[in-house]
Amino acid sequence: MKSKSFVSINDLSREKILALLDTAEKFEENPNRDILKGKIVGSLFFEPSTRTRLSFETAANRLGASVIGFSDAATSSATKGETLKDTIMMVSSYADVIAMRHKLEGAARYASEVSQVPIINAGDGANQHPSQTMLDLYSIKKTQGTLEGLKIHLVGDLKYGRTVHSLLHAMRHFNPTFCFISPDELRMPEEYRLFCDKNNIPYTETTEFNEEVIADADIIYMTRVQRERFSDIMEYERVKNCYRLTNAMLANTKDNLRILHPLPRVNEIAQDVDDNPKAYYFQQAQNGLYVREAIICDVLGINI
Amino acid sequence: MSENNKPALQVSALCNGTVIDHIPADKLFAVVNLLDIPTMGNNVTIGYNLESKKLGKKGLIKISDRFFTDDEVNKISVVAPNVVLNTIRNYNVVEKREVKMPDEIHNIIKCNNLNCITNNEPMSTHFYVANRDTHTLKCRYCEKEVSLDDIKLL
Repeated sequence: MKSKSFVSINDLSREKILALLDTAEKFEENPNRDILKGKIVGSLFFEPSTRTRLSFETAANRLGASVIGFSDAATSSATKGETLKDTIMMVSSYADVIAMRHKLEGAARYASEVSQVPIINAGDGANQHPSQTMLDLYSIKKTQGTLEGLKIHLVGDLKYGRTVHSLLHAMRHFNPTFCFISPDELRMPEEYRLFCDKNNIPYTETTEFNEEVIADADIIYMTRVQRERFSDIMEYERVKNCYRLTNAMLANTKDNLRILHPLPRVNEIAQDVDDNPKAYYFQQAQNGLYVREAIICDVLGINI
Repeated sequence: MSENNKPALQVSALCNGTVIDHIPADKLFAVVNLLDIPTMGNNVTIGYNLESKKLGKKGLIKISDRFFTDDEVNKISVVAPNVVLNTIRNYNVVEKREVKMPDEIHNIIKCNNLNCITNNEPMSTHFYVANRDTHTLKCRYCEKEVSLDDIKLL
């Protein structure tokens, strides 16, 4: 690696994660800092992702940097058949740091090898979305006061859900206990269950999502169960409303419980949950700004 | 000749060079290609479907006047982990080496994940050994794990 990039949550040590979260906390206190005045942040979204792009670009702007880039591969030279390498070589001669989203897995790692400037992975296909994981960790730490020894319930699509896999990997440093709640078709893959075994992370698995199952949770991490993930549409119709969180289900949950969701939400969290103080998903998204400010500064070697 | 020398009778003896033995028969041609034997000018004898007590049918390659570095031979481990290399000088086996899977494997294996960047850009592949006991490798790029049984060569 030529420069200090931010590619995969698996590259980060416990100390590194905690240091980034500390920096993000400082940005929450004061998000507007002119630290990057005169710097240029490349924002290369080969695949559209409005939410993540706006968060990165806002972070860059609040740090005083200028932003160049594109929000869709259709408006980049990738449509003319240019290789990723050539695009990155070109932009890295203009920008001081590049945040990139790409539909292919491993694109950010490869970019980090050819780029002259640090690469921040803003999502590479189904592989990694490490800034999302960092904002999940930030939200957990902020609401619980610690990352240590928490009971975390992961709900919904645990098979394809990239966010839950990365969160599971990142939490290995902090002695969690997991509860995996999903339909059989979207069960947590064996690779991750073996990962838990290997790292002595206790977990339980269930297909039932009800008051009893969530009674001892500190964090409920909801994900969307998507129709296109099912080979059998009848099965989807049968389970689609089984993994829906309603306000009534929260009556007997712990006071410190917070509900997270990577968003966008469709109907897996009922609207009546939004007003419950345990709902945290909108603040969670906002935390992404502070975390991304911290990440941009970190890869540029700037201490706050 | 004694009983022990029976395999030598199946293929003629070598004066100086390397004998690669105990190659599972179905992996023989993969090993031939991995070592770039088709482009070698050396005298090469390839034995296919030879009888083997251990493997049933085995392959064997004898290459005259060619000796291999560890890096060169360790590539073989990706397709045939238990191959034995004999270095021959003046008709005598002067060294026996078992191949050892390297920690990193460059540009030998294709990633099975079609959405991996390595299958979409003109670039090299790069795998790490994820677990030696279970024979799993991990792609440096897409981070997907693959079992040695399921790999495809480039």
